[in-house]
Amino acid sequence: MPAIPTPSLSSITLAVNGHRVALEVPTHALLLDVLRDRLDLKGAKRSCDMQVCGACTVLVEGTPVSACSYLAVEADGREVLTVEGLGTPDALHPLQQAFVDHGAVQCGFCTSGMLLSAKALLDEQPRPTEADVLHHLRGNLCRCTGYRKIVDAILACAAGSATAA
Amino acid sequence: MRGGIGDGGVTRTRPFRVVGHSVRRLDAIDKVTGRARYVTDLAQPGMLYAALLRSPHAHARIRSIDVAAARAVPGVHAVVTSADLTWCDPYFGPAFRDRPILSIGVARYEGEPVAAVVAEDEGAGAEALDRIVVDYEPLPAVTTLEEALAPGATLVHTDEPLAGHFADLSTLKPIRGTNVCHQFHLTRGRGVAAFADADLTLEDRYYFPRVQHYSMEPHAAMAAWDEEDGLTVWASTQNPYSVRVELAKMFRVPLSRIRIIVPLLGGGFGGKTYAKLEPITSALARLVRRPVRLAISAQDAFRTVRRCDARVRVRLGLRRDGRLLAAECIADFDVGAYADIGPRIIQKGTYTATGPYRIPNVVLHSQAVYTNTTPGGAFRGFGVPQLAWAVESLLDDAARRLDRDPVDLRRQNLLAHGEEFEPGDTPVDGKFEESLNRAAEAIHWTQATAPDRGRGVAMMMKASIGPTVSEAMVRLHADGSATVLASTVEMGQGARTVLAQIAAEVLAISIERVSVATPDTSITPYDQTTSSSRSTTLMGRAVQEAAEDIREQLLRIAAKAIDAPPAELGLDDGHVVARGTRLAYPALLAERFGMSGGELIGRGIVAPGRSRAPLGGSTPFWEMAVGAVEVHVDEETGAVVVDEYVSVADVGRRINPQQCEGQDEGAVMQGLGHTLLEQMVYDGGQLLNANLVDYRVPRAEDLPGRIRCLFVENGDGAGPFGAKGAGEGSLIPVSPAIGNALARLTGVRFRELPLTPERVWRALRARSKP
Repeated sequence: MPAIPTPSLSSITLAVNGHRVALEVPTHALLLDVLRDRLDLKGAKRSCDMQVCGACTVLVEGTPVSACSYLAVEADGREVLTVEGLGTPDALHPLQQAFVDHGAVQCGFCTSGMLLSAKALLDEQPRPTEADVLHHLRGNLCRCTGYRKIVDAILACAAGSATAA
Repeated sequence: MRGGIGDGGVTRTRPFRVVGHSVRRLDAIDKVTGRARYVTDLAQPGMLYAALLRSPHAHARIRSIDVAAARAVPGVHAVVTSADLTWCDPYFGPAFRDRPILSIGVARYEGEPVAAVVAEDEGAGAEALDRIVVDYEPLPAVTTLEEALAPGATLVHTDEPLAGHFADLSTLKPIRGTNVCHQFHLTRGRGVAAFADADLTLEDRYYFPRVQHYSMEPHAAMAAWDEEDGLTVWASTQNPYSVRVELAKMFRVPLSRIRIIVPLLGGGFGGKTYAKLEPITSALARLVRRPVRLAISAQDAFRTVRRCDARVRVRLGLRRDGRLLAAECIADFDVGAYADIGPRIIQKGTYTATGPYRIPNVVLHSQAVYTNTTPGGAFRGFGVPQLAWAVESLLDDAARRLDRDPVDLRRQNLLAHGEEFEPGDTPVDGKFEESLNRAAEAIHWTQATAPDRGRGVAMMMKASIGPTVSEAMVRLHADGSATVLASTVEMGQGARTVLAQIAAEVLAISIERVSVATPDTSITPYDQTTSSSRSTTLMGRAVQEAAEDIREQLLRIAAKAIDAPPAELGLDDGHVVARGTRLAYPALLAERFGMSGGELIGRGIVAPGRSRAPLGGSTPFWEMAVGAVEVHVDEETGAVVVDEYVSVADVGRRINPQQCEGQDEGAVMQGLGHTLLEQMVYDGGQLLNANLVDYRVPRAEDLPGRIRCLFVENGDGAGPFGAKGAGEGSLIPVSPAIGNALARLTGVRFRELPLTPERVWRALRARSKP
């Protein structure tokens, strides 16, 4: 049996939900574990472990990544947005409000990732077509809702912002 | 009516205030803000992490396990094999107690837990797993129904099985010396003799594959023992009380000492019924005397439970005029290496195999068969999808042979409202014909399709569970707010919101004033299970009764206070009202207790007991649904495209319309998964696609072009305000509806799922050959 390697540590600085945090993490640590276990941000979930389900989706510099297979050191010096930074119970982000209103939430395990994926879409493309939304959600699975109400919520949010603007 | 379940419909003189409205889910805000907590979000001080070593062989004798190197890994607290579990009863299972906590001498499927590690962190645990050395002697394995049922087949289990804890399964019928662990048989009328009088007899064989629930939250459990040998388990389970009784037997602890707490579940779909990880997690926590959490990966969920695959032979006999005369269904269900709830699945699934039709002569025979594969268990539909795929397909073939319209032929044979399905069981409590007509109308059945499109329809009926028990309490607090105590598990279906709506309606308070306690066997009363689409009906009735109990108490207090007969009093917006007087609940409570602080406790017990129905208890309600679909096929690739899907479910009354829609939209998409995409593929005994890359579940892009979920609401259900169960039914017609649409479009009858592009393309090519 080979000896057990001692993990090397790396110092990183993240801007998580607008707050700067400096951490020493094992170089092999995954962003998901750092967020959940070190920063107690439990909104991102572990499910498929292979970048398929999207339950662990967070935004790094505005781009959706699967935190389950993204090294924390890769996020060094970058902005990370998790669902906890999207809105609060008293001040929901319009997407959060739309998910609530449209019944787009069932078990909730996919919800954080869905919201962040949707945010990335709307930031890039404020008025997506339904086909755009369906395509964009490739990386986010939901086993409860059948997607219809999630898609409706995202489209309604886009339409609402468009009207407001 | 206390103790039973009768007509829950209430004649109302005023409209519902809360029931029938799409109120916001109680957990919606927590779930969109990331604050919702699941088992893996919880921790205990001093908690350690468990990991499992799984058998790489489908069937193997375990000669020895060397754990020395694993124990030497820094941070490892224990490396455990079955040799370390002699202090408890190491077997569990709801039907047969046939499943060991860890393999005892033999591993019976690839992925069976063989050893466990408890460590300071998951990294040390993984390191230690790599250093456990197991000496396996591979044995011949049976991994398909054909292999397992062949004469002289290798036996998965050679010991006499031990009965589990279900009264209705007390007459388990294994066939000694074979892999058959249970059989179900039912004959109605003259049985097969009636086929002699049929003008048309058709027979065919169908296969329904192994599929995986893939709840996005894989199974997890956390266990802690206290100084007094009390055990607390936080578990992702759909039935905490079944887990409790299992653990009590295994660890010889009184029920009162075991506390099962169930936070939110990230999906269940049946895969989290009955003990799964709770026995091993509890045993490990006991051995290390520290809290232990075990969270498995999605990959290992494929090695924990799945839907039973089934091969089904169906024979239908009809009169020339279209009347169904006789039906015979012979079904083999593959329950995998351990029976789990398989014996009940074969009974329930087969019981309504013949669908919602009047058929005077029926023979049903099914068996549960062990194989060296992942244990088969409960999965949305509970055995019915496997049978409906067969019977509803063959019924369409009968329509074609009789030159009849498939909708029309079904309509002719439907059971009517109030008609007996089976002597001794609940009469039909909904309107199949109304559902079928709604579906046909919505899909424009009588209008011509475009030439490249095909339409199909299918129906189903399903029994819920009986005998069954749900108990609830409602507490009315000093300020007039209320807490519902119910052990119904929130797994996404929205049951807790529905229970709050029911309590709010009866108590005439706003839903914001109602809380629903987290299921906890030391606090929330007994409930048999959150499954079988039963919670709205059974627990809903219990909560309704508990709230009515409080209403009666309030009326009595108020009657005394204002010297009026209780019959003249009513509840309105947090007040008892009578003769122009309005008494607020807090004032009435202060009056009753002589001080502020005391609170009222209401009780509700729903327990429709045993009956002479074939399954031991009458179903509390029938779940009934219709699916109608329009499809086209890409002839170049074989891809089936669903252009439109219409689901109609007879739910009596929708307590929360939006949630009912959500249930059925989700059910249809899950049905599309096993119809078009999903199959667990084994090569020999090796599961090849236990991951979300190789096992493809529906994505947003797989949505039908249009999906509509419609409801029949006649207020005739046995649940609160005339409601009945929903959530499973709409999944069941999906496969046969699509199979029927394909048959009508292409002339090819598909008998095996899933309808992958390759399978469809090959069949279409074979058809077009001269």
